[in-house]
Amino acid sequence: MIVLLGVLVVIIGFATRRNPLLVVGVAGIATGFLGGLSPQKVLAAFGDGFASSRAVTIFVITLPVIGLLERYGLQEQARNLISRFAKLTTGRFLTLYLVLRQGFAALGLRDLFGPAQTVRPLAAPMAEGAAERRYGTLPDKTREKIRSFTASADNVGLFFGEDVFLAVGSILLITGFANSTYHTHLEPLQLALWAIPTGLCALVVHGGRLLRMDRTLERELLGARVELATQEAAK
Amino acid sequence: MIKAEWFYWLVGALFLVMAAQMAADRTNPKRFGTAAFWGLLGAGFVYSSWVVDKSAPAEPLGAAVLVMICLAAFGFTGRGKPRTTTTEERRASARKHGSKLFIPALTIPAVALVCAVLVPKLSFGGTPLLQKGSETILGLGVGAIVALVLAMVMLRDKKVAAPLHAGRSMLESMGWAMLLPQLLATLGTIFAVSGVGKQVGIITEAVLPHDSVLIAVVVYCVGMFLFTVIMGNGFAAFPVMTAAVGWPVLIEQANGNAPAILAIGMLCGFCGTLVTPMAANFNVVPAALLELKDQYGPIKAQLPTAVALLGCNIVIMAAFAF
Repeated sequence: MIVLLGVLVVIIGFATRRNPLLVVGVAGIATGFLGGLSPQKVLAAFGDGFASSRAVTIFVITLPVIGLLERYGLQEQARNLISRFAKLTTGRFLTLYLVLRQGFAALGLRDLFGPAQTVRPLAAPMAEGAAERRYGTLPDKTREKIRSFTASADNVGLFFGEDVFLAVGSILLITGFANSTYHTHLEPLQLALWAIPTGLCALVVHGGRLLRMDRTLERELLGARVELATQEAAK
Repeated sequence: MIKAEWFYWLVGALFLVMAAQMAADRTNPKRFGTAAFWGLLGAGFVYSSWVVDKSAPAEPLGAAVLVMICLAAFGFTGRGKPRTTTTEERRASARKHGSKLFIPALTIPAVALVCAVLVPKLSFGGTPLLQKGSETILGLGVGAIVALVLAMVMLRDKKVAAPLHAGRSMLESMGWAMLLPQLLATLGTIFAVSGVGKQVGIITEAVLPHDSVLIAVVVYCVGMFLFTVIMGNGFAAFPVMTAAVGWPVLIEQANGNAPAILAIGMLCGFCGTLVTPMAANFNVVPAALLELKDQYGPIKAQLPTAVALLGCNIVIMAAFAF
């Protein structure tokens, strides 16, 4: 029971917005000790964990070329390009991105898109550019919101697309666990098929929310402008 | 054969070179702490190769990770003033180069696609060109290098230091968030070794009523969701919740369709991943990359979708799995 205190450390740490690295470090050490590990074992656990999880950090390899292109105006050009397509509003563009992301993930191509290689340099500036064309300069709050929703389209598309592909980690984990623990025989294909209904729901729910963003932006930004105009008029 | 470990060495070398740049950057008031943090990260990337194949002890690496945590958590890292172009210069450059700028950026996914789909079919004298099972991540690496060369040729920028400085200032702006995903994976392992999963399973079993299938479905789905929120990924939650509820109650007692229950159970975990800062590589790192003031911005954007999809999963499982 007492090992659950480590979980409590994490929840309190994140809730009070302490530095996440510190929270996770302290929780790891505390849980290790409460679970009866020796200090040496705890150190080894940190080392082993770091070594075996390096794959999540390799996107760094794309930063030099993305950074170089950004110096030469990549984000600005992404904005320019999108402004040529008058029908492509922020919501429609993000829905399109969601569809592409989910479709490619379902084909097993999960590393094609991602926060470093597509969201920051291309998708987020395009989503912002589409809104700027309609409403002019955006307030910071709106800019943050559009960027957050771009990141969300990337995640939702990935998560609920990849399980439709047979050879993805989570499907293999399920078959591996069930077949070895319960001596049954599950095929990856059976599991992948059952990921399709939820995948469609994800497309409808998140796509719908992205499309609705256009109306929210219109209300918020035009509202703000009307307010500004009335204030001007009152002077 | 090109091995995945070589690619990790390249990433490690990149961190080390950038750390050297940071140490020399006088515009950064905390340049030595910053350089130490990224230098340790780079050295750790290389040293890890021997930890993975068990030919070197993991303890020194663990100690290095703890030092990195302290450097970042107690404010020894900072960022320099990036030597970069102004917005005006960027606009002018965008007008000059036009959509040509997209070519290198799109080269990365294009090369990754080729590496993932076509290259595994190639082999030289029986050995595949790229290490089996690592084709996509190697593709990302190869794509990034090809794209960089292409960009430098196209833009006629001969200074090798320019992309390194540009990448480094992106690293500095992301800061400690870069280390968080790896650290959380570590925490997951420690949780597993210490028996956190087992405890959660015991609690779940204690509160579980054994007579209603519908309630058991809800407990399994919501349990996967909550446990994933705590652990940061569904992979840790799945064996625990399945052993406690999924298999014994839903599949054996209630005679449910095993592939449906297990697949949808895992997807409930994915809903949890959408809303937890513990899944830092999906939720916190993008916020840092996009330079958001609110590091929980993506989570807030995903929360309604996650809750709705959890509901969908419960309905689908209850309606079609029995």
